[in-house]
Amino acid sequence: MELIGLANYALFMAIFIGIYALLALGLNIQWGFAGLFNAGIAGFFAVGAYTSAILTSPAADGRLGGFELPFFVGWFGAMVAAALIAWPIGKICLRFRSDYLAIATIGVAEIIRLVIKSEAELTNSARGITGIPRPFGDLPYVESQAAYLALVIAVLAVAYLLVQRQFNAPWGRMMRAIRDNELAARAMGKNIEYRRLEAFIFGSALMGLGGALFAHFNRSITPEAIDPMVATFLVWIMLILGGSGNNRGAILGTAVVWIIWSMSEIATDQLPHEYAVKAKYIRLFLIGLMLQLVLRFRPEGLLPEPLRGKGRADEHSPS
Amino acid sequence: MDMLELINFYILPGVVLGSIYALGAVGITLLFAILRYAHLAHGDLATLGAFIALAIVTSLGIHPLVALPFAMIATAAVAIGIDKVFYEHLRERPKIVTVMASLGIALMVRSVVQVVWGVDSESYVRGIVRPENYFGLRIKDREIWTILFMIALVGGLQMFLSRSKWGKAMRAMSDNPNLALLSGIDNKKVVMLTWVIAGGLCAASGVFLGINTELKSMMGWHMLLPMFAAAILGGVGRVEGAVLGGLIVGIAEELSVLVLPSEYKAAMAFAILLFMLLVRPTGLLRGKVL
Repeated sequence: MELIGLANYALFMAIFIGIYALLALGLNIQWGFAGLFNAGIAGFFAVGAYTSAILTSPAADGRLGGFELPFFVGWFGAMVAAALIAWPIGKICLRFRSDYLAIATIGVAEIIRLVIKSEAELTNSARGITGIPRPFGDLPYVESQAAYLALVIAVLAVAYLLVQRQFNAPWGRMMRAIRDNELAARAMGKNIEYRRLEAFIFGSALMGLGGALFAHFNRSITPEAIDPMVATFLVWIMLILGGSGNNRGAILGTAVVWIIWSMSEIATDQLPHEYAVKAKYIRLFLIGLMLQLVLRFRPEGLLPEPLRGKGRADEHSPS
Repeated sequence: MDMLELINFYILPGVVLGSIYALGAVGITLLFAILRYAHLAHGDLATLGAFIALAIVTSLGIHPLVALPFAMIATAAVAIGIDKVFYEHLRERPKIVTVMASLGIALMVRSVVQVVWGVDSESYVRGIVRPENYFGLRIKDREIWTILFMIALVGGLQMFLSRSKWGKAMRAMSDNPNLALLSGIDNKKVVMLTWVIAGGLCAASGVFLGINTELKSMMGWHMLLPMFAAAILGGVGRVEGAVLGGLIVGIAEELSVLVLPSEYKAAMAFAILLFMLLVRPTGLLRGKVL
């Protein structure tokens, strides 16, 4: 009995790690490849979650919906919607240093939160959207969880392979060149604004996909489902700890941070109620401190970005 | 709606809110110009200042305006401490790394406030304050104080920046850091001084927000976007620009209620920010673009 509970919990954790890994991969495209600071991850996540929810859920009174499209259409829609939000923001802010993008993305996340809370025809405001179909949702509980995990892993694997391929492709080299020496890249005739916009949009689309996977897993989405600041910050610490610029590092960091985060939640939930509330904020403090320590003592993360020279030597060496 | 009503219900609250934003925006614009990064923990530092003042007010039973100088000093000290412990060693790295660190600091400062003071709304003084009537203009005392203090603090800062040796050093650092270093300006002291000013003004903006509304652990975070919008609208590095920007953002937010649902008041600052970046990134008073 105990063992079953543990296995269920492990499945649940693994699904969440998979979903967060997608967000971390998306951020890796933006920050790791292109040096873009997105502080509104939760906003793109929420856009993805709600778009897919609206496209796939059954009709309900008082709000847009009832399209009941298959889930993969919803997921694709989530990516498109997140990309469409990213486009104008990137268009305006990517001409400047990344500080401006950081501020603007904080703003975007805030506006998205306002829209979700107040536009009842779109999102059913505080009650949220329920009855979102879950792929393999008709199976018994454990099988359904396992099947969904397999689906998440498959999506993550495809995303990883595509991103990894881009990283080693000329496009990835160009992005790193722009990140490391903008002037030199500009002198080589690279269209910096356009390339950055590409990275920003691709990354945001992956974040939207992560949101869609989350909504379908929960079968519902409400404005309170995620705390914007906490979610955004967790993804950041996942990527920085794992190793920005390294896709495997992003996934490893996600697993490490999510396990620490959930384990500490279990630990603090054992405390009496009075302390448990405070413990939540102490955990937030510690996760903030963790970022400071990683930035100071291991800025390259657990798995550092692969060296460019070596990568190229491996490609050309006869084997 | 007649003119008086417009002023009483929209313009005046806008000026008060704008003064509060201006106090924070001045700090942001100085940090942006001298240290050259966007300090994302600015809002939460304001929250901390407001709650430090609350601790003083409740323990000593004094008026919040009397507690203000102490809260400003304490917050300035905290700001220097944060810089020494968390930002200083990142100075040689790309600036954006410090921006990221400051996002973490925002989270840390806020969680300290939430642990120490909890998450419920607090206020400095209980009870309802009735506005006084000046020839039809209905103004509360605390609103007059907010505007007067803002003018006094920013006026004093302007005098300091234009007349004193250290103020000139700060402006030199902002204009050309390498040249300033070569002319023998002590970089470290200028950085410290900048944090003292930014931290103190930050606390003032938090305290005045607390005096005019209420104290909440998220109050500062929600001010961050308007403060940045004000700094960019006025022109980065321009103190008088930050004040002008703050007032415009404050008034625009209050006026937006006339045309938009009130839930979207907070979106005004964001709209102004994007609009300025699109058409005139140097700001109204020709500041820097980083």
